[in-house]
Parts: sequence; structure tokens; C-alpha cells
Amino acid sequence: MKFRHLIFANLFRKKIRTTLTLGSFLVALFLFGFLAAVHGAFNQGLEVAGANRLDVVNKVSIIQPLPVAYQDKIARIPGVALVTHANWFGGVYQDERNFFPQFAIEEETYRQMFPEFIVPDDQWNAFIADREGAIVGENIAKRFHWKVGDRIPIKGTIFPGTWEFNVRGIYKGSRPQDDTTQFWFRYKYLEERQNPYWKGLVGWYVVRIDNPDDAARVAGAVDETFANSPWETKTETEKAFAAGFVKQAGNIEFLLLSIGSIVFFTLLLVTGNTMAIAVRERMRELAVLKAVGFSDAFVLALVMGESLFLAAIGGGLGLLLAKLFTLRGDPTGGMMPYFYLAPTAVMLGLLAALAVGVVAGILPAWSAMRLRVVDALRRV
Amino acid sequence: MVRVDGSGNGLVHVRGLDKKYQRGSEEIHVLQGLNLDVDAGDFVAFMGPSGSGKTTLLNLLGGIDLPSAGSITVAGDEITHMSAAKLTAWRARHVGFIFQMYNLIPVLTAFQNVELPLLLTKLSATERRKHVETALEIVGLKDRMRHYPRQLSGGQEQRVGIARAIVADPTFLLCDEPTGDLDRKSADEVMELLSRLVREHHKTVLLVTHDPVAAQRAQTVLHLDKGVLVEGRAAEVR
Repeated sequence: MKFRHLIFANLFRKKIRTTLTLGSFLVALFLFGFLAAVHGAFNQGLEVAGANRLDVVNKVSIIQPLPVAYQDKIARIPGVALVTHANWFGGVYQDERNFFPQFAIEEETYRQMFPEFIVPDDQWNAFIADREGAIVGENIAKRFHWKVGDRIPIKGTIFPGTWEFNVRGIYKGSRPQDDTTQFWFRYKYLEERQNPYWKGLVGWYVVRIDNPDDAARVAGAVDETFANSPWETKTETEKAFAAGFVKQAGNIEFLLLSIGSIVFFTLLLVTGNTMAIAVRERMRELAVLKAVGFSDAFVLALVMGESLFLAAIGGGLGLLLAKLFTLRGDPTGGMMPYFYLAPTAVMLGLLAALAVGVVAGILPAWSAMRLRVVDALRRV
Repeated sequence: MVRVDGSGNGLVHVRGLDKKYQRGSEEIHVLQGLNLDVDAGDFVAFMGPSGSGKTTLLNLLGGIDLPSAGSITVAGDEITHMSAAKLTAWRARHVGFIFQMYNLIPVLTAFQNVELPLLLTKLSATERRKHVETALEIVGLKDRMRHYPRQLSGGQEQRVGIARAIVADPTFLLCDEPTGDLDRKSADEVMELLSRLVREHHKTVLLVTHDPVAAQRAQTVLHLDKGVLVEGRAAEVR
């Protein structure tokens, strides 16, 4: 620690240069944090997917329904522990920009199927007792300032008319990445009011299986049960189902990786250049340090220390800003309900920044270490 | 007592020292079979024309350059065959460098510049402070210890350089044209300070200079000519 003033003094001898280099790290790591949050938002379904849950949708398309009668048939397949169903409602609140997912759920089983969503018992019971009851996610309640007891009008797009609901409960996620922007109401209410065509039809089924290792067999059995029927099914694990959704948006992973790589490569060039200049202009000073007895290894560590300090402080600030930005929530107003910078992404960003610091500093540090005192002192 | 005839066994003991440089296809023989013995407490000035090898000799004695042949022994340590790491540690213990251009680190205060050699020791912060203050008091700049080099005159900078050289109490001081960048008055002050270090603190000082007035302060003046040392004049320490 007694050497830290040497690092700080050298860093602050050219304040503008240091500030600009710190700024480069800050911007790059902010962007990294932002992209990581976007990546997380797109892959949220994959992260929260239950290993023991299967999704059953219409084989033709997810927007095609399935008969409600399938529930009992699926429940009888060996290995199935629980079956529930839901419908996509697709309504808007007040304004079309206020988009968020609304599901008509089967209240008997839905809560058991998704134990990661936490609803107090009294609120759940109040929901079951009210035909027009609704349970809303914590985030969406916060966004629209809803509280238990509020009456909420939702304008249907698939199911026409204005539908009124009573907020009977607010659910929370048990993990930070759980989506708490959903709006649940009772399937029976939907069934009562909807067009006769939709009666007896549900959007999709969710199946809990006894053993995750048995997923392929159970999925096959479900699809086989309804093969050659007017409503054939496609069953896959919740993870595979979520991955299919991500793929529909294009190769987001490649896009994010490309942008991130270019940004880090540019950062490497900027920092490498800065460190090279910083070392070159004080060769004489480094030679003096060596002359008075500082070792080659110390000089190497000194230069590396400066490079790593820039990386850690600039990168740390960038990640902190990104974290603060993500704490403000989804910047798209509903397209990315899970817009969250995970601690693992922060650690990864910090490691990437430090790696840039190491690579950018190693050549100048090496040349400083190899510096011959006599040669450097001879230079004017 | 300083000898150049290969007799004696002083604190600094040099035998058959050769230094050759290669410049393109040409080989330059800077020092040729040089012998030197310097006792503890001696004040020696090396004079000679430019390119005569004065600074090269000083660099070799300070262990920052390696000879082509010969040996250098300081306080019993034969330095010519030491590894680079050992030589670095040896320099920290035995050598105090004073440079023509002062070579202070501009972003460190006078105190921090003087403290540098002590950072390599196991002294506590309090002990380091005491040593630095003592060194700065000896050179008369204790009241300027918070100043940065740019806030000091050339003479003051050199005195800070001297404080840095003596703070770890090295075996000897190597001064390469310490007055070369100073006006007469400042140069006299610096030379008086070096004389005082010899006289009152019993330091051993080896000085390279072009300045005959500065050289007069030394007990012994040696001339380097064509790579060979020739004894000049011996004088009492003033």
C-alpha cells in the first residue's frame, strides 16, 4: 500500500488523458451492462424456465387454441403430475402503448404450477371468490399505481369490448429475474363473455412432470395422444419453448456479441495507446526508480497497476451506471419486462475490463521492465 | 586515500576495468584496464574531456552498466558478476545517485521524492518520515518538503536530489555533473553541501564534473584521458 501514491500521482499527471481513458472504459462498460440486460431480457424465459414443466401448444401455431377437454386426457398420461391452462388476452390499459401480458388462467391449478410467483393466501382466496378478480404482478402494479381493491378497465383486442377487473392480489417473484409484469384473471370470466367460437378452447397447457429426466417421453406421449385429431399438439420443455420465442426475434446473441467485441477491441486500442504514451514520456523517471533500487518486477507492476486501476475504476463506474439505469426498469414500456443486470453479468463485465487493462498494459509494462537505466538516462 | 596504480584495497576497489562500445562496425574503447582504490570518507572528482568515459566510469561504479572486463568491489561486494536482481538490491543499499538534471519525479512532492529509496526498506511510515525530514534538514529544505519540483529553483531541486541520495545512508554517493545545470551561486551551494557531507557526515563522494571550480572542492582530482586515469591534485576538504 505504501506504493499507491506512485500509481495515483502518475495517473493524475495528465488529468485530461486519464479522464478520457476512464471515460472510454465507462462508456464501454455501460454499453456492456446495457447489452447484458437486453440479452437477459431476451433470455429471461430460458433462465426462469422450470426443468419439470412442459408447454403444450397447437401444432399449427401458438395462436391456434386447444380444446379444454384435453386437460383431463393429459393428466392421465403416466408421469404427469399437474396440468393447467391459460389464454392470451392481449388487451390494453387506457392507451395502446400500455402493453403488458394478460392471461386468463385456470385458478384451481395455476398457482400450484408456478410456485415461484408468491401470492398471499388471503389475496388468492379473494381472487377465487370474485368472478372479475385479477392478480397483478408487482412491477405492473407499481407502473400503473394499482393497489388491491382498484377496478381496472382493460380494452380487449382479440376479445372485443372493455373488460373490467377488480385487483384482488399482487404477486411477487421469488427470484429477481421472475417476470412480475403479468396480469392474471379467471378463465371462467373469459369463457362467459367471449364469442361462442372460443368457448371450450384454451390457449396452451402447462404440464408438470414427476421427473425432469422423463420430459422427452412425456412430451412424446402427449403429442401421440392427440395425433391425427383436429387439434394436434406440439409439446416441448418450457426451456425449449422459451428458446423458440427468442429465436423468433433473430440472432440477438450474435448481434450483442458482435457489438460487444467491437467496443472492447476499440477500448483495447485506446487504452493500449494511452499506456504506451504514458510510459514512453517518463522513461527517464522509470530509469531513476531503477537506479535507486526499484526492481524490474516493481516497474512492471507499477505500469500494470496503473492500467488495471484505469480499467477497474472506469469499468466499475460504467457498470454502476448501467446497474442504476436498469433499476429504472424496462426502458421500452413493456417489451422487456425482465430488464435486469444480473450480478454475474457485472462480474463478467468487470473481468472483461480488467482483461483489457492487462492486455493494454502488458506491452508498455514489459518495455518499462526491460528498460536499461543507462540508455534511458542518456536520453534528453 | 585514492590510488590509481593498482595498489591498496579501499572501500571502492577497481581492477583492470575495461569498457568497449560497438558503434556500427566501429569498436570504441572507453575505459582501458583502469585501476582505482577509494577509501571511505574520500571525496574524489573525475575530470576529463567529453567522451573520455567519466560518466561511463560512474555508471559502472554504480552498477547500472556492466564492464567488458575487470572487476569492481565495493565494501567487499564484487558487483561485476552479480545478477540484475542482486545488483538492483545492492544499489538500493550502497549507492546514492545525484544527477545533472536532478531527475526528480515531477508529480511527487520533495518529501515523496526523498522518501523513494526508503520505500524499499522495512521502515515504518513514522521512521521513514523521520529519515526524510532529517535528510531535508541537512540540505536546508525541510520547510519546502510539501513543494513539487516545479515550485523549486534549480539549486533547490538539486538539493532535494542530494537528500534523496543520502536518505538511505548509502555507502557512497555518485554525482554526475551535479552543478552542470546550475548558475554559479547555486553550484557553489551544492558543492558546499557535498563538502559538508564528507566533512561532517563522513560520506564517500565520487564526482564527475567539467567545472574546475567544483572540482577544487574534492580532496582528489583524477583526470580521465583516453580511457586511463591520471592522478591530478590532492587538496584538503574545505
